[in-house]
Amino acid sequence: MTDAMTDATDGLLQLIPKAEAKQSVKDFKSDQEVRWCPGCGDYAVLAAVQGFMPQLGLARENIVFVSGIGCSSRFPYYMNTYGMHSIHGRAPAIATGLATSRRDLSVWVVTGDGDALSIGGNHLIHALRRNVNLKILLFNNRIYGLTKGQYSPTSEVGKITKSTPMGSLDAPFNPVSLAIGAEASFVARTIDSDRRHLTEVLRAAAAHPGTALIEIYQNCNIFNDGAFDALKDRQSADEAVIRLEHGQPVRFGADGARGVVRDRLTGDLKVVDVSAENESEVLVHDARSPSPTTAFALSRLADPDTLHHTPLGVFRSVERPVYDVRMSGQLDTAVEQHGRGDLAALLAGGDTWTVAG
Amino acid sequence: MSVETTKPPATGRLPVKELCCLGRVVIRFAGDSGDGMQLLGDRFVSETALLGNDLSTLPNFPAEIRAPAGTLPGVSSFQLHFADHDILTPGDAPDVLVAMNPAALKANLPDVPRGGEVIVDSDGFTGRAMQRVGYGTSPLEDGSLDGYSLHPVPLTALTVEALKEFGLSRKEAERSKNMFALGLLSWMYHRPTEGTERFLQQKFARKPEVMKANLAAFRAGWNFGETTEEFAVSYEVAPAATAFPVGRYRNISGNLALSYGLVAASRLAGLPLFLGSYPITPASDILHELSRHKNFGVRTFQAEDEIAGVGAALGAAFGGALGVTTTSGPGIALKSETIGLAVSLELPLLVIDVQRGGPSTGLPTKTEQADLLQAMFGRNGEAPVPVIAPRTPADCFDAALEAARIALAYRTPVMLLSDGYLANGSEPWRIPELEELPDLRVQFASGPNHTLEDGTEVFWPYKRDPQTLARPWAVPGTPGLEHRIGGIEKQDGSGSISYDPANHDFMVRTRQAKIDGIGVPDLEVDDPEGARTLVLGWGSTYGPITAAVRRLRAAGEPIAQAHLRHLNPFPRNLGEILSRYDRVVVPEMNLGQLATLIRARYLVDVRSHNQVNGMPFKAEQLATALKEAIHD
Repeated sequence: MTDAMTDATDGLLQLIPKAEAKQSVKDFKSDQEVRWCPGCGDYAVLAAVQGFMPQLGLARENIVFVSGIGCSSRFPYYMNTYGMHSIHGRAPAIATGLATSRRDLSVWVVTGDGDALSIGGNHLIHALRRNVNLKILLFNNRIYGLTKGQYSPTSEVGKITKSTPMGSLDAPFNPVSLAIGAEASFVARTIDSDRRHLTEVLRAAAAHPGTALIEIYQNCNIFNDGAFDALKDRQSADEAVIRLEHGQPVRFGADGARGVVRDRLTGDLKVVDVSAENESEVLVHDARSPSPTTAFALSRLADPDTLHHTPLGVFRSVERPVYDVRMSGQLDTAVEQHGRGDLAALLAGGDTWTVAG
Repeated sequence: MSVETTKPPATGRLPVKELCCLGRVVIRFAGDSGDGMQLLGDRFVSETALLGNDLSTLPNFPAEIRAPAGTLPGVSSFQLHFADHDILTPGDAPDVLVAMNPAALKANLPDVPRGGEVIVDSDGFTGRAMQRVGYGTSPLEDGSLDGYSLHPVPLTALTVEALKEFGLSRKEAERSKNMFALGLLSWMYHRPTEGTERFLQQKFARKPEVMKANLAAFRAGWNFGETTEEFAVSYEVAPAATAFPVGRYRNISGNLALSYGLVAASRLAGLPLFLGSYPITPASDILHELSRHKNFGVRTFQAEDEIAGVGAALGAAFGGALGVTTTSGPGIALKSETIGLAVSLELPLLVIDVQRGGPSTGLPTKTEQADLLQAMFGRNGEAPVPVIAPRTPADCFDAALEAARIALAYRTPVMLLSDGYLANGSEPWRIPELEELPDLRVQFASGPNHTLEDGTEVFWPYKRDPQTLARPWAVPGTPGLEHRIGGIEKQDGSGSISYDPANHDFMVRTRQAKIDGIGVPDLEVDDPEGARTLVLGWGSTYGPITAAVRRLRAAGEPIAQAHLRHLNPFPRNLGEILSRYDRVVVPEMNLGQLATLIRARYLVDVRSHNQVNGMPFKAEQLATALKEAIHD
């Protein structure tokens, strides 16, 4: 995954000033006391992000974290960068205005499954299709934490919660499928407990020109504890986790005994035991494929109930025009064509007449 | 309406025509919404403006883009009042009605006083078309129009005939009948034609056939007027030479003036303009206009919804831009939570509400001023927002500058209440010299502003300017000022999250005090005769109220007039002014929203005079109501 995603990037990252001195994790810790519940997965993500930022090496004052509402949305308070804790669901819209008007900033959105996919679903899909230069960290704990335990748009069907004593009725969103369907140019999934993987995904996202969506499976140990244990337990993870590596065959399980192949009849993807006969048919992951079809099919492998066959990694990373770059381009073109705006001439344009004394 | 007549010298074989000089004329063009009445009106206005008349316009059209042809709901009209002196309204009643079909006649005739001139396209009066709007017999023949000066003109046939050499289909040729009508009216009122010819040449530069056809129709209309015996009189309305201060003028609509005001504010503040907006009638033209001025560094963002429009504008403001969002009443409802966030973040933001008839979808293309209380109070919690309103179309320019001044100086969202009448109406505007415009430059925070007990220099995002109570505006990219702000209550000064009861009480009162303390000019009262009754208005009622006041004074009825630009905070001297009068009358295009605020604030029992029919007040009706109040 790592090498593949980084080439096109420099173009955009270079617009952001670099740190003059070497940075440390400490530089990115704010003076605010972190107030998540003890044991919350958010701590691990915060630590990973604070650990990654010095590696990114951008000037701290040119980094902005924007969040919505929810447990994860307290994140900006803990980063010693510029930050805004906004209102429920609206962070992608606010960040779009900021990123579109300031290309010298590295703008990050922190959101949760309720914030991004329920109340803010519209802003999320439009940010993705526009391809604004934003990095969206979607903390998915499959539950409403801050409002104390109602089911969320990613909860499995039949979830018993305070608001659904007889089980929830609505089918969950798969955030990766949704993002790919919304024309996202970069979509990845990672998990709070795997810091190395999380950091690698952050690095790829930071380097991506345009909107990057990272779904981070995050454990809420109070209201939905163990939601991702299937992916964390060493034994069950063998069957559950599919690590995606660009350019590598999609194999998983003990010694890569399992693999993903295309069903010849339906064109869909399926999991098989890899044998000498079918080894050549195992899908080679191509995150840069112009068509989102296979990335989407990969996102559908996971069973939302058991989490079996859950791919982690970068599903899709393609280059396409970046909204804020093109908007700036239009401004430059307008100046080239008409000259820099002349206010006096603008006001006095059209048909005028003079009243003399 | 005629004032004096002179006979021009007879020339050649043309019929001898009388020339009348008029002081003022009100013309209304009416037709199907696809007949090009708004274009016809716009062009006549441009000709009139160039001639130097004072003018005021009232476009009136259905919300449907192409309502069913020939029906009453599908009628679109454009009223223009022009004069040799200064005027204030588009006119109560048309002196001249140009009706392109039976529906247009039927819908508009009730507004034309007896004796008025009625020009109709007689070709439109077919049996079926008349039946469709309930005419049993032809009004052109059954004597029902005897009280009017009726001119049936076969506009369609004449247009088609004039264009026969162009090889157009009948339908295509008929489309130019609005230009024929424009030519005829231009002749009748001695309008200069060069502007329209130039306009057609530019508009259809890429379709030379269409350009030639429209030019031919326009000229044919003019020539028809000159040669036909149907029209024995033409009219002159002299330039309004003394009505205007010295200067250079152009005609301008409210939405255009507002757009220019925003571009100017951006330049004067030295900040890039960022507009986040979602299309909505009658505000969309501001989005359209600003999107054309990218070479001024203007970024326009057509958002996925109203909420994203204001959200993006607020995000841009956080980054140091002049953030603006434009909408109408329903959009304000959706933006309310974000405006509340802007109140809490204390960032500059302009919220433009071009009001229309409500509630809900209401009357999208009609005017109303019923969003005042929404602007004042339509947010959760104590979330005060300054509110200002322009009074005429051209005044939208100055109102935009004033809104920007307040937003930037006090770091607050500002609500600007325009309305459909101002947005689409137009009037002459004296083009300001750049030196006359205010200095709106702002100072971003550049370094620490507070010293902790241990001597550490820090940046406190909520440490206020003692005069304005504004907090510092520290934009990302400034080293050392990294800070986090949000919608949760903040500790005074440091801006850290605080749930402390006393601090919340303090912050609520401080935010209110900041808005209450905004410097606004004193209210001026126009009261030459020491009247006992004051008429107090706000926003777009300025024209009709002032016209009504002039009528009353001319009739020997003393009345004082004051008009509010600042609705929040009110001018400091408003209470004292109210106490000077026995009676205060507040006319509004709502059910008494300013009256409610005045009563609550000053305990003055103002009289509310209301009209909510989607149209501006008529001066005569207002004068009658005010007269009753004076004598009550």
